[in-house]
Amino acid sequence: MGERSNRRLVILSVLVISLMATLLVRLFYLQVITGEGYRVAAQSNTLREVATPAVRGLILDQAGRPLVANRTSLVVTVDRVTLQREPDDGAAVIERLAQILDTSPASISDRLMTCGAEGAKPPPVCWNGSPYQPIPIARDVDAQTALSIMERRVSFPGVTAGLEAIRTYPAPFNVNAAHLLGYLGPVTEEALTEQGDSAAYDRLRRTDVVGRSGLESTYDEEIRGKPAVTTLEVDTAGRITKTLEEKPAVAGDYLVSTLDARLQHLVEQQLVAAVQRAQAQGYPGDSGAAVVVDVRNGHILAMASYPTYDPAIWVGGVTDKQYQDLMDSDALSSNATQGLFAPGSTYKVISTAAAAREGFSLYSKYQCPNQVKLGTQTFRNFESAGYGPITLKRAIEVSCNTVFYGIADKMWNDAGGNDANRNSPDPIAETARLFGLDAKTGIDLPGEATGRVSSRTFKVANWEQKRDTWCANAISGYPETRKTNPGQADYFTALDRENCADGFRWREGDALNAAIGQGDTAVTPLQMAMAYSAIANGGTLYQPQLVKAIIGADGKFVKEIDPVVTDRVEISRTAINFINSALQGVTANGSGEAPFAGFPLAQIPVASKTGSAQVTGSKISTSWFASFAPANKPRYAVVMMVTQGGTGSKTSGPSVRKIYEGIFGVSGSTVNPATSVLVDGAPLKRLPAVRPDGTPVAPRGKMSGQGAASGGGSP
Amino acid sequence: MSAFSTTDAIARPPSSGRSRGSSYWRDLDWVLVVAAIGVTIFGSVLVWSASRADMASVNDPQSYLKRHLINVVVAMALGYVASRLDYRWLRAYTPVIYIVSVLLLLVVFIPVLGTSIAGARAWIDLPGGFTIQPSEFAKVAIIMMMAAILAEKRDVESEPHDREVLMSVGVAVLPILIILVQNDTGTVLVLGSVALSVIAVSGARRRWVIGLIGGAVIGILLALQLGLLQSYQISRLTSFLNPAGEPGGATYNSTQARIAVGGGGWTGYGLFEGPQTQGKFVPVNESDFIFTVVGEELGFIGSALLILLICVILWRAIRIAMKADDLYGRLISTGIVAWLAFQTFENIGMTLGIMPITGIPLPLVSAGGTSMMSTWIAIGLLENVRLHSARSSLT
Repeated sequence: MGERSNRRLVILSVLVISLMATLLVRLFYLQVITGEGYRVAAQSNTLREVATPAVRGLILDQAGRPLVANRTSLVVTVDRVTLQREPDDGAAVIERLAQILDTSPASISDRLMTCGAEGAKPPPVCWNGSPYQPIPIARDVDAQTALSIMERRVSFPGVTAGLEAIRTYPAPFNVNAAHLLGYLGPVTEEALTEQGDSAAYDRLRRTDVVGRSGLESTYDEEIRGKPAVTTLEVDTAGRITKTLEEKPAVAGDYLVSTLDARLQHLVEQQLVAAVQRAQAQGYPGDSGAAVVVDVRNGHILAMASYPTYDPAIWVGGVTDKQYQDLMDSDALSSNATQGLFAPGSTYKVISTAAAAREGFSLYSKYQCPNQVKLGTQTFRNFESAGYGPITLKRAIEVSCNTVFYGIADKMWNDAGGNDANRNSPDPIAETARLFGLDAKTGIDLPGEATGRVSSRTFKVANWEQKRDTWCANAISGYPETRKTNPGQADYFTALDRENCADGFRWREGDALNAAIGQGDTAVTPLQMAMAYSAIANGGTLYQPQLVKAIIGADGKFVKEIDPVVTDRVEISRTAINFINSALQGVTANGSGEAPFAGFPLAQIPVASKTGSAQVTGSKISTSWFASFAPANKPRYAVVMMVTQGGTGSKTSGPSVRKIYEGIFGVSGSTVNPATSVLVDGAPLKRLPAVRPDGTPVAPRGKMSGQGAASGGGSP
Repeated sequence: MSAFSTTDAIARPPSSGRSRGSSYWRDLDWVLVVAAIGVTIFGSVLVWSASRADMASVNDPQSYLKRHLINVVVAMALGYVASRLDYRWLRAYTPVIYIVSVLLLLVVFIPVLGTSIAGARAWIDLPGGFTIQPSEFAKVAIIMMMAAILAEKRDVESEPHDREVLMSVGVAVLPILIILVQNDTGTVLVLGSVALSVIAVSGARRRWVIGLIGGAVIGILLALQLGLLQSYQISRLTSFLNPAGEPGGATYNSTQARIAVGGGGWTGYGLFEGPQTQGKFVPVNESDFIFTVVGEELGFIGSALLILLICVILWRAIRIAMKADDLYGRLISTGIVAWLAFQTFENIGMTLGIMPITGIPLPLVSAGGTSMMSTWIAIGLLENVRLHSARSSLT
């Protein structure tokens, strides 16, 4: 063979060697140098997590009665992977399923669509979870239907009827407490975004249901528990090839609320009674709230809001119509923590405290004319009664506005009158701030409103915000209104011209209105209850709390939540004692006397203040009744209010009396603590026990609040 | 006579008084045999791993492996036969083998007999669920036919005549065209390389070699330009250049293959533990994409070992070509070297994303009876050439 052949064979050999070397180099690069990235890619290809949420923790009342519990419900789920292996993609199975569930095949198919897929309905109809997870298509199915599915497994491949835990409201003593307990809903997009791309097994998943309001929301992390997570390896068709890891679920913790179910029910009943009383007087009485606080630690023993709704409505998802009805009824927001109302005369305790702080004599006499004239404006006493010169105590008892006008006017003049600026002294607003009326109380509920205190600074801030509108209107002169009503247009224009020019000024009239809880002041009933608690306990402002302990589902782990002191109000013991005795006077022989007629005040002195706050745009005042008792050894503060409800004394007062009767076990004029609505006559010191199997130990028999034994007295 | 074989003959101790049978076993290239058996066993393990997941739902999960092993046994028997055939007889009957192969290639176009797999109409259905791929046998036949033509009457001359070169090109182009019509692009590429190598090593004038390379390049460009290839064929061929181009489409195989191999790292996930392999994410990983199995489950160490074992086969094959005592034997060996080398490079290269994706098996490793048989026949032919040169060096 020739040299040429040999040479070419050598060339071919070199070529072959280079080809093989190329493969080895490329292989090394792929596997060793860049291998990690491919490992991650392989993982995302093959690893699937199936998460089953843990059982949510119970919410108990202070005596251990479950307010929120779980029950099992039969849920029909469909495994889409199995279904897709059917020859017709499972169309026949869906058809049969629709028949047995009494629905249409299309509605089942809609539920099986992954959200975001082409033609998928928006959530919650579409499926937000992993396609490897069985998809629930019907909840709370009756046992007969579930059985007929499970008996014909061959006809229903991939279809399972199983149990799932859903929320139930045992409602001891028929309590409602909807605004406090809250409800569950699908996890929000924001919450998912907030947690970023966490890979923790107990992270929130799109299918998760979380607390969306009330305690369910505030303590969601604690009561949600940790899900059971199975990590599977799947093949390209979605078949499971291996189970890599199984993490068991950790049941959610239990909440021990400060609420007492029986007292809560009583307060709810009495709030309704107050509303009905307002309506019986011909007033709208359209909304209201009531709060009962333990003044020694800020525990909320009961808190009610009117109107309310059935918390169970959320279980299994609300329909569009139900949701619309709820929105229209205003029942969703809690008036006790989210409603802002002018406090009226209940605010006089603040003005009194301010007077004491400013050195006004608490024991001198003050003029109580029936009205005060200021330029063109007349400031009247309520119902225009004049008492002549009276003590400050008497002024509080009979709720004399003009005495407080006099005090406020002097403060205003001392601060510089019209020449004062935004930094000049503003003692009443200052005192209101000390009692926390311009801040959130910090209660463990979401969405609390921040109170507003009428003050110099508020006026300036308000003017800065609205000046441009006012000035624009002053120039344009309300052309639309002018066409139909030139007189009104002139009036509006003049008003806006004045506001535009010096709407920032804290005028004499503003100061007078502020002293009696009118003007721009608006607070939540809870804020008022906490302020009265501070007066009752000698000046300690607590952060109100609804949960006093968290207990593990097996009863072992216990974490108590200690009371939190927000502030200690700078106010003298003398002033506190003076206000206490004046408020007792209100109940004994003042504006609060009528509702407490016949109440054993000698044994249980009650300190109270009525309020009938005027509201812009309504002729009917807001009825307030703020109180605490026993005034000689304060323990409970009770505040109730009804909007467009008339006077505090007539509308709210009688209900507050009933609440005290329930708490102290008053029947007629006799006191018998054994008949108190509270177990042992007071909030329990010890925490309720939870057995290892998760059953809470609650009072039995009549005090359990369940079944025929229930009932907390009639309205 | 070649200087190589002379030296070799002197180095070897003289063998006298031995029967023909015993000289067969003694003169066999055992390194080649052991390497080929090694690669075959290695491959069978990979086929086992790859088919396990597919067969999980079948009554006998090992049924695929068993069928593969039957193929292996038949293939090795055919290899043994090929090594024992009389050298002259082989050469004499080459035209018959060639013509039968070309006819078999045409059988796939008969509707009842032919069948398509993965877009290529390259299989003949046999009873019992077996299929044969005639293009695999055609590889052997083309090599033998070209070798016979180019080596004819030329044992003493330095270069083949133009007429012989032309004829050899003709016998290669005819089956190549048929296979092209069958849509089996990968085999066409391999056969082209084989034909070029055989002609080059035959000692043909340089203008032939350059001309044929140029012709092949122009042919490929024309095929792309004139739309002779279907668009899916082009996208399959070019997808490796732009792997992110079309997720889920032509690039899916290539991407999944690279995830499998890349994920293997140094030592791999372990046999039967590769998530991509066991999860069936890589398509046809018991045949065309078999290399992903070793890549993922046995890592760089396992994969490199497999490549090195194939390198041993190529080394022995080149050595046999070098030492062949006649041009016929050398060209057969050369053709087999080119075949195994290019097919290995193309198959592993497409798995690693450096070659276009074409449906050709990894010799001796992939499942697929015809490929296994034709490769073992090739091993047998290499041994035949070796035995012939060993014997003639002694006479």
